[in-house]
Amino acid sequence: MNEASELIAVKQIDNVVEELPVRDTAIAIREHIVEIVSDSGEGAQKCGQTLGILSAKMGNGVWTVEIIPAEIQPPARTPDGASGIRVRIGDSPMTNTGNDADLVVAFNEQVLRSRIGSHAYNDQTVVLLDNMWASDSDEKIRNQYADALLEFAECGLTVHELPIQEECLKVVPDPRKGKNMFVLGLLCHIYSRDTEKALAEISKIFARKSAKVVESNHALFNAGYAYAQRHIEIHYEIAAHSEPDHRMVVMNGNQAVGLGIMASGMELVAMYPITPATSASHFLADEFHSVGGFVHQAEDEIAAAGFAIGASYAGKTACTITSGPGIALKTEMIGLACMAEIPLVIIDVQRGGPSTGLPTKVEQSDLLATLFGAPGDSPKIILAAATISDCFHFVILARKLAESFRIPVFLLSDANLATGVQPFERPEVADDWFAAPIDQSPWDPKVLAYDWDEETGLSARPIPGMRGGEYVLTGLAHNRNAKIAYDATTNQVGSTMRSRKLAALADTLSPPEVHGDPEGDMLVIGWGSTLGTIEEAVDVARENGHKVSCIHLRFLSPLEPGLREICSRFKQVMTIELNYSDEIHASYINGETRRYAQLAQLLRAHTLLDIDCWSAVYGNPLQPGKISRVIIDRVIEVEGGK
Amino acid sequence: MFGLKSDWSVKANDRYFTLDDYSAAEPRWCTGCGDLAILASVHKVCRENQLLPENTVSVSGIGCSSRLPHYMKTYGFHGLHGRALPVACGVKSRRLDLDVWVATGDGDCFSIGAGHWIHALRYNMDMTVLVFDNGIYGLTKKQTSPTTPEAYQTNTHPGGAVLPPLNPLTITLGVTNISFVAQVVDWNTPLLYETIKAAHAHKGTSFVRIVQRCPVFMDVMNDELMDDPARFLLLNHEQGIPVPDGVSKMFESQADHDPNDLSAALGLANDRTKIPVGLLYRNPDAGIYNELSSQGLDFTSEDKLAGVNEALDKFLI
Repeated sequence: MNEASELIAVKQIDNVVEELPVRDTAIAIREHIVEIVSDSGEGAQKCGQTLGILSAKMGNGVWTVEIIPAEIQPPARTPDGASGIRVRIGDSPMTNTGNDADLVVAFNEQVLRSRIGSHAYNDQTVVLLDNMWASDSDEKIRNQYADALLEFAECGLTVHELPIQEECLKVVPDPRKGKNMFVLGLLCHIYSRDTEKALAEISKIFARKSAKVVESNHALFNAGYAYAQRHIEIHYEIAAHSEPDHRMVVMNGNQAVGLGIMASGMELVAMYPITPATSASHFLADEFHSVGGFVHQAEDEIAAAGFAIGASYAGKTACTITSGPGIALKTEMIGLACMAEIPLVIIDVQRGGPSTGLPTKVEQSDLLATLFGAPGDSPKIILAAATISDCFHFVILARKLAESFRIPVFLLSDANLATGVQPFERPEVADDWFAAPIDQSPWDPKVLAYDWDEETGLSARPIPGMRGGEYVLTGLAHNRNAKIAYDATTNQVGSTMRSRKLAALADTLSPPEVHGDPEGDMLVIGWGSTLGTIEEAVDVARENGHKVSCIHLRFLSPLEPGLREICSRFKQVMTIELNYSDEIHASYINGETRRYAQLAQLLRAHTLLDIDCWSAVYGNPLQPGKISRVIIDRVIEVEGGK
Repeated sequence: MFGLKSDWSVKANDRYFTLDDYSAAEPRWCTGCGDLAILASVHKVCRENQLLPENTVSVSGIGCSSRLPHYMKTYGFHGLHGRALPVACGVKSRRLDLDVWVATGDGDCFSIGAGHWIHALRYNMDMTVLVFDNGIYGLTKKQTSPTTPEAYQTNTHPGGAVLPPLNPLTITLGVTNISFVAQVVDWNTPLLYETIKAAHAHKGTSFVRIVQRCPVFMDVMNDELMDDPARFLLLNHEQGIPVPDGVSKMFESQADHDPNDLSAALGLANDRTKIPVGLLYRNPDAGIYNELSSQGLDFTSEDKLAGVNEALDKFLI
């Protein structure tokens, strides 16, 4: 990754007097990580997304991660206000965010400081910084800029100052809106991107704006491209990976969730705005009508769940999309759906918590809340998407499971998947993915509303409109005939039947596949968006001679079968998660007081094995380099202790 | 009475429903409870309109009022405390063929469910909402509700309720897009029946506040009212609730009130000297949300396939 940049001498741009000749010799590299950081509203994300989509369209592997401040207009030129994006582009499929960035374009020095604070860079990272602040009319800003440059030099960063603002001013009067397209032009030359495709993408972005807007953004792009051509010596090529034999689509996880809903045949989404889930509903607000669907923005999270449950009860299985705090509010409704056996799909795009927490940052902290959140015993199905492709396909699975098992189904996504862009095979939608038209044939009145099968707990469900099936759904303890019953056995029988459904489902699942050897010194277990990072980290550990393998869980309730047997083939087992756990050696922390990461807690109870964990809540996606060090250290520590 | 309607016309249906066809289990409400009269009126309106039991859904929250679905031989949804309205809206959203009723109480609707009350009124989906307002929490045994009279002693306020009661009518009438607001008392059964019948016939959310007796936990509010019919003001209008002659004679105070006049309705709702009975407000032109939420119901599998493929293709590389 960084080897290539070492080979390249970067011209100190600010010293350039005469125009340099056009450079056209590009150096082939396998992959690069690019970051673009700006104040909020300067369009760094749009720039990076476009670079990502463009690269995917050129046949590269791509993974993007957005850097989003929690406020819409945080103070300008502050580290906390840093808004941006990281784009990892490679000649093979990219499965995670990668390690330190190779190239950074920063619109001001303060936002750059924020990323240095997040340990996103190292001394190999090439930084391109807008130099407009050096000559700012405000002395304070000039001094901040000069101080920051010294600070960057101290931490070993090589910073190249570029007259981005100055160059943009030659094209437009106010570069604050449009500088991002100039930078896109720069990057497109640096990485030998297809300019025609880039211009087409820009036209798409501004499709709703006037032709004049498109024109000026094209002009900015061209200016950036030409500037890089003449003044920047860094020039790379990243080959396309082998042409796939199927069509590919490129999108983020929330768009994939939205498309999955459309392909599942669900006709109703009831939601309340919450970050980072809402963009899925924005997408549906634009597109859902084309499959006859409707997005209901409810008055609150509870009403959104209630509305969806009402529609599901009436035969139209519905979906509600939310994030952690919304899950907390919907808990009573979800408990009702468990108790009364109403199919429901709940999509939880997880963010940092507890409480309002880190609304724009990634965490995997809702597992136990979704599993155990409702009072009483409230069994439900929980799926976790590991990839953007999963975000699409698991919605279809979730609807089918919800209806077949007459149960609420959670689909856990997270902020990383929600905003990350990744190409995947274009799904070939089949009409049997859609919900069947609701059954309105007469119901055999001899069949009770909860005619539980003794073995599986499953039962058929009368839908309003079915003559002879009239029953009163209730959240109170009820018997097979849906009648309220307070006698000694009714609640026991009902609870047993509702729980049995999970065991029946587990019976149909396969054990997870082991990545790496089937036995060894350590098994790493993960779930959710960390799949690519963990696999890459395990591969690094294996290359270093350690006997490490990993499995990744998609079903969290019920758990996939065979876990105890798989775990028992390894000397030690640890989960890697993005939620809180106590570090082993911290004060007061010992075998009794240590609080484990969420999946680790579940697995310890499930397998009766001493499963270890490593987890953290920095709000950043995990980096494979860091995780491989964690794994290797843990393996060595245990071996050394023997 | 096969096929014979109250106006002596005959409609010979394949299926004719009697009161028994709408009546399920024996109600477990207390002796003398006003809910019994409401239930009887609902059964009668169902029979009068020959509603298909399988296409009728009664939705409720939690509380004495919310037991109503269990006494209906239709589909029913006895859900969570305060949450009847969002569930009912969801039921209606994609099933315009279902006749939706909501039974809720003063605690259920005006307290824990107050947020939904305001917004469900704005949605104005086609459903009949009956609020059984007895001014007290009954099922949990005599706690103060939002409509408990000030100084009335309850188990949560043994020294007497500390706040003046909430006025459900002014709040309801203050919500934009409101389309039908009526008030009635449970013990005038002919008028109760006419009011529920008119509410059901209205297209949009018809909101009926029913002043209802709780003989066990609320002995002042309604007994005093029952003993003093002069406290009521009967609202008359050709577009209002039809008032049978015999009923009209029971009310000393009567007024002509045009239910299309919102300011006049608010004036009546604000008048503390008289309790208006009848139709306060109607607006048959208010927008109905289920006309939006039901879009695309006619889509075939082919339409859906075309729609999702087109959406997916926008992301093609």
